[in-house]
Amino acid sequence: MKPLLNSLPETVFTTKVDDLLNWGRASSQWYMLFGLACCAIELMQTGGPRADLDRFGAVPRATPRQSDLMIVAGTLTYKMAKRTKLLYDQMPDPKYVISMGSCSNCGGLFQLAYSVCKGVDKIVPVDVYVPGCPPRPEALTEGLLRIQDKMMRERWLVKPSRPSGNGAEA
Amino acid sequence: MEVQEIYQQLEKQFPGKVGEFKGDVPEPYCTVSPEAIVEISRFLRDDPNLKFEVLSDLTALDWPKEEKIQVVYHLYSYSNKSQIVLKVDLPRDNSKIPTLEGVWKVANWFEREVFDLFGVIFEGHSDLRRIMLPEDWVGHPLRKDYVEEEEYDGISTQRAPLVEKLLR
Repeated sequence: MKPLLNSLPETVFTTKVDDLLNWGRASSQWYMLFGLACCAIELMQTGGPRADLDRFGAVPRATPRQSDLMIVAGTLTYKMAKRTKLLYDQMPDPKYVISMGSCSNCGGLFQLAYSVCKGVDKIVPVDVYVPGCPPRPEALTEGLLRIQDKMMRERWLVKPSRPSGNGAEA
Repeated sequence: MEVQEIYQQLEKQFPGKVGEFKGDVPEPYCTVSPEAIVEISRFLRDDPNLKFEVLSDLTALDWPKEEKIQVVYHLYSYSNKSQIVLKVDLPRDNSKIPTLEGVWKVANWFEREVFDLFGVIFEGHSDLRRIMLPEDWVGHPLRKDYVEEEEYDGISTQRAPLVEKLLR
């Protein structure tokens, strides 16, 4: 994340309203507890004490209504794809999606199967793809940092509304 | 009790309804005719010497060249620690077989699975719905001639072009 404040020494802080808003959002990304397969184990590790997503202000929420970020962790079947779309639609704007692992990127190892969706980007827009099978906690943390970068680049005052459900940049 | 003996007992009890026996494989099996499957199963379960209390697996195989679908029953006896496999050949275009729900209740879900993936109709089944695939799914995907639909419920089933190239 880029530095928020241009400070005059010791006394005065100046910043832009956009930057302040973005800093607040980027520092409290609440992600939805949403594990589909083995990647979910790695997602738990990332939330655990060693990788510790908490230090970026990212905490898991049990409902899509309170989440900013959806981490699609695991093999997405067509049966689940419909539910995933529903969960995504229930999240309030602005919302972001990390596609974690080969399976949710493109179907991965199981893409020749009749029941597996060939990538979560067929149903919802994806902001960051994290490769790996499964990705290490470091990789997922990197993905979260890229989402933070993306948030920090957004401009709210010049562009009143962000296009719904799209990871568009300013 | 050896599988061979069970087979001989079956052949004596149900003449003409038990087909070939194959004993030189890891799981010896015998073929039985579809209309006799319920009485044979009931006999295997209730006979005091055999006591096959458990239907441990029920699955199917598709043989497109032979034009048949083979339903496979794995039976296990906890009392005798013995197991036997029954196979039933069905025609591929009209695969129907009586349900075993009345003999082993667990057959309910097994049969739903085989119906879901192979399209075998189990006559007399109390609730023959799909068990794993979505209810609006078209076709039975473990049949060898199954072709993937262009899209499912608005979701494209196309893969990345690179993969398609590698498959060729």
